[in-house]
Amino acid sequence: MRYMMMLYIPEGSWPKMTEAERAAGTAAYMTYTKALADAGVLVGTDRLEPSTAGTTIRTVNGKAQVLDGPYADTKEQLGGYYLIDVPDLDAALDWAAKCPGAQNGILEVRPVVG
Amino acid sequence: MSADPAARAVERAAREAYGRLVAWLGARSRDLAGAEDALADAFRAALESWPRAGVPARPEAWLLTAARRRMIDAARRRRTRDAAVPTLLATAGEVEAIGDFPDERLKLMFVCAHPAIDPAARAPLMLQVVLGLDAATIAAAFLVSPAAMGQRLVRAKEKIRLAGIGFHIPEPEELPARLDVVLDAIYAAYGTAWEELGTAALAQEAVWLARMAASLLPDAEALGLLALILFCESRRDARRDPAGRFVPLAAQDPARWDTALLTEARSALAHAGAMGRIGRFQLEAAIQSVHAARAETGRTDWETVALLYEGLHELTATTGVAVGRAAALAELRGPEAGLAALDAIEAGRVTAYQPYWALRATLLRRLGVAFQEAAGRALRLTADPATRAHLHRELGADP
Repeated sequence: MRYMMMLYIPEGSWPKMTEAERAAGTAAYMTYTKALADAGVLVGTDRLEPSTAGTTIRTVNGKAQVLDGPYADTKEQLGGYYLIDVPDLDAALDWAAKCPGAQNGILEVRPVVG
Repeated sequence: MSADPAARAVERAAREAYGRLVAWLGARSRDLAGAEDALADAFRAALESWPRAGVPARPEAWLLTAARRRMIDAARRRRTRDAAVPTLLATAGEVEAIGDFPDERLKLMFVCAHPAIDPAARAPLMLQVVLGLDAATIAAAFLVSPAAMGQRLVRAKEKIRLAGIGFHIPEPEELPARLDVVLDAIYAAYGTAWEELGTAALAQEAVWLARMAASLLPDAEALGLLALILFCESRRDARRDPAGRFVPLAAQDPARWDTALLTEARSALAHAGAMGRIGRFQLEAAIQSVHAARAETGRTDWETVALLYEGLHELTATTGVAVGRAAALAELRGPEAGLAALDAIEAGRVTAYQPYWALRATLLRRLGVAFQEAAGRALRLTADPATRAHLHRELGADP
């Protein structure tokens, strides 16, 4: 089954880090991504620009309403995702628990339809 | 019980095999609702066919084959890209080859009590899919409307199917924590029955689940839970006097305790203790075993009870444990010590906790100070009429 692990991370944390902390953080994600790939479960992954770079849009009465900023104004914001293919939820949760993002943020694990 | 032998065979197969059949089908399709529907169809077909054609040599295998076929048909009708179809098709050989299909009810219990399942749905789900209890009965026991319970169960089964919760025994490193959740759910089912004295039937079902868990997975805490439940069950009859009035433990006549259940409880607890992994259920069972010893010694060893509560309180400081500890201290050192222990419990945790107010009123009364307010609160929190009447007799409080 395919699962999307969505990483909700407190956005303020990254800019406040020292150069060394940021390097260590990046290395941790690289190691984790490689582990997923080596295990043959990685389908795809991307990191997102901060939510301040986001734009929301909805169509009301046929007219597009465009707004600056993310959909929900929360402390934790969607910062990236991993798409993995594993046998079941427990396997997905095992991987999610090992993700560096689970240490300073929250991961939501959702099955992909089909 | 039906008079017709074929119908009786169907009933017997239903009672004994329901959970095993649901577990087998669920493990291969992850679709518990679909498995239950298919199984209900299979039972209906059996009621039609067995009286005419005779009871098959292997009734469970017959039901399994029929239910499996129905599940495949139903999945095909849905025309979805359903992973269940190829998996179930692949089981054809398995069904024919095995005379006695594997018992996967333990896996089913772990699925029902998975951390990803709503905690309020775990015990009801187990009662429904492992034991085949209907939603209305479960709803009555848990004091929810049948509609709300039905919805809770449907949602939980949907979660299992969509989230892909796997049917397997957790890895050894996760097993103790995951088993605790299973045992909690069984205990919740029993606790619900315990409060509702009328529903002895649900208590029996919880005993059945506890026995099943302890036999499928001989773990110290599973045995501890079984012992705890059996100790409580052994006192079921003694909790009422001939006039139907509530009798508290201290006033019970040990001659009315069920000795067979007590023996089984003691043996389960001894077996658990020999495993060297202490836990909450074993400690609670040990407390009950001290109370049970009154049958032989004629007295209650409150020092040991207080000591066991101390250990339990360190392990898990729930409100129930804290109040039990206060009661033991009151017996051992007097009402002041008991009240001090009650005062140490955070006020927010006890506003709606009946045993706290009942004990508080009793201890205040023993000290000869105003107890009516506490007694009134205890009474307002008591739903069971017999327990209300008992409080009324003991404390003379008006509701």
